[in-house]
Amino acid sequence: MSDHIVKAYDEDLANLKTMLAQMGGLAEDHLAKAIEALARRDTKLADYVIAQDEKIDALELQLEERAILTIAKRQPMARDLREIMVAIRIASDLERIGDLAKNIAKRSHAISEALPRKLATGLTRMGRLSLEQLKDVLDAYTTTDDAKALEVWRNDGELDALYNSIFRELLTYMMEDPRMIGPCTHLLFGAKNFERIGDHATNIAENIHYLVSGQTMREERPKKDTTSTTTFDSLNER
Amino acid sequence: MDTMIKTPVADSAPRIARERPLKIKARNVDVYYGEKHAINDLSIDIPDSAVSAFIGPSGCGKSTFLRSINRMNDTIPSCRVTGNIEIDGRDIYDRTLDVVQLRARIGMVFQKPNPFPKSIYENVAYGPRIHGFARNKTDLEEIVVTSLKKAGLFEEVKDRLDHSGTSLSGGQQQRLCIARAIAVNPEVILMDEPCSALDPIATARIEELIDELRQNFCIVIVTHSMQQAARVSQLTAFFHLGNLVEVGDTDDIFTAPKDKRTQDYITGRFG
Repeated sequence: MSDHIVKAYDEDLANLKTMLAQMGGLAEDHLAKAIEALARRDTKLADYVIAQDEKIDALELQLEERAILTIAKRQPMARDLREIMVAIRIASDLERIGDLAKNIAKRSHAISEALPRKLATGLTRMGRLSLEQLKDVLDAYTTTDDAKALEVWRNDGELDALYNSIFRELLTYMMEDPRMIGPCTHLLFGAKNFERIGDHATNIAENIHYLVSGQTMREERPKKDTTSTTTFDSLNER
Repeated sequence: MDTMIKTPVADSAPRIARERPLKIKARNVDVYYGEKHAINDLSIDIPDSAVSAFIGPSGCGKSTFLRSINRMNDTIPSCRVTGNIEIDGRDIYDRTLDVVQLRARIGMVFQKPNPFPKSIYENVAYGPRIHGFARNKTDLEEIVVTSLKKAGLFEEVKDRLDHSGTSLSGGQQQRLCIARAIAVNPEVILMDEPCSALDPIATARIEELIDELRQNFCIVIVTHSMQQAARVSQLTAFFHLGNLVEVGDTDDIFTAPKDKRTQDYITGRFG
C-alpha cells in the first residue's frame, strides 16, 4: 500500500503495529514459559510469568490510547480504519491470553508434586497446540496473510477435541479417587485456559480476515467443545 | 410521465438504489469543454428520497456532472453534453423540454451563499411568485414561512423578514438559499459544496437540515469533505479524472471500498 500524503499518519499506524508485535511477542513468551513451568513444575519460572504479565497490560493501555488519538487526529477511513479497529481488538485478545498464561502459571503452584506425571502430559500437549495456534496467527498478522489466518481459524477444532478428551480423562480420575479432585480440578481449569487461548487466537484470525477483506467471517465457527453437556452418566455409558 | 423506464436493478447495485425508487438515470454521459473531455462515459442511477454524495479530487468532473443534471452547463458556450440523462424517465436534454420548468423542479445550492440583495422575505417569495405558485398574498406568505421553517431558519429571522438577506451570517445565508430552493417545491436538490464556506456549527445545522430534507427530496451533494459525505449520504460516487470510478452504499465505500483508487483517495494517499 502506498504512503499517506501526511507522513506522520504512516508513523502513527506503524507505531500501532510495532506495539502489537511487542505484545504478541510477550504473550507468546509468557505462554511458552507457563507451559514449561507446568511441565517441569518449575515454580521459579511460574513466578516470572506471573510478575511479567503487567507488561502486557501496560502495553495494551498504551496501544489503546495511541489508537484513540490516531482516530481523533486523522479520522481514518477504509483500510486505515480497519487497521486501527483491528489493532485495538487484537490487543485486547492478547491481553486476555497474557492473563490466561498467568493463571496457568499460578495453578502450576497448586498442582502438587504428588500428582502422577502422566496426568500433566495431556495438558502440556494441549498447551503446545495452543502456543502453535498463537504463533501462527501472529505470523499471519505480521504478514497480513488471510489464508494463513483462515488456517488457524479452522485448526481450532483440534484444540477443542483435545480439550474434550482431557476433560473426560480427568473426570474419570476424579471418580476413581476422590483425593485427586483437588489437583485434577486445577488441571481442568488449566485445560480450559488453553482452550480459551485457542478461542482468542481464532478471534485474532477473524480480525485479520476482516482487515484484509473488509468482510466479517460469515461461516459458523468450528466448535467442537462438547464439555458443557458432558455428564457423569455419559462417562459411565462408555 | 407514462414513459417512465424502470431499470431492472442488479443484485450488485447499491442497497439504497434497490430500496428506493429511481429518480435520476444517466447513461453514457460525456461532457466536453471545447477540446477538454471533462466527463467520460458516465452511467449512474440516483435514488429518490436519499442523499447521494459525489466525491473526488478537484477537476475530477463531479461538479460538471452535477451541473449537467439541471442543464446549467448550457450557459457555457463551449460546453457539449452527450449521452442520456433522465429524471423520472424523462430525457432532460429533449429539445421540446422547457429548461426553465426543468430548473424549477431542480433546486440548486452553491458553495458560497448567494442570496439576492433583497429582503429575507423576497428572497424566498421570488421563485414561487414568478412561477405562479401562489394565488394571493396569504398563499405566498404561507409558502415563505413554511420554506423558512423547513430550512430551520424561521425562528431566527421571524422578527426581521424585511431585513436584507445579505445581513445574515454565512450559515444563515446558506439556509436562506436552501429555503429559497425548496420554496418552489422542487423534486431534486443539487448542492455544490454547500458547507465549505461555513464554520463547524453552521455546517452541522446544514447537515441536520439535509438529513431532514432527504425524506421528501432527491438530494445530490458534491463535497470535498469525506467525513461530510460519510455523515450525510446513503450513496457515494467517487470520481477521478473524469471517470466515475466507484458507486456504492456510503457505509461500504468508507469502510471497505472495492477500487484501489477510491481507497487511496479516501485514506489520503493521493489528492
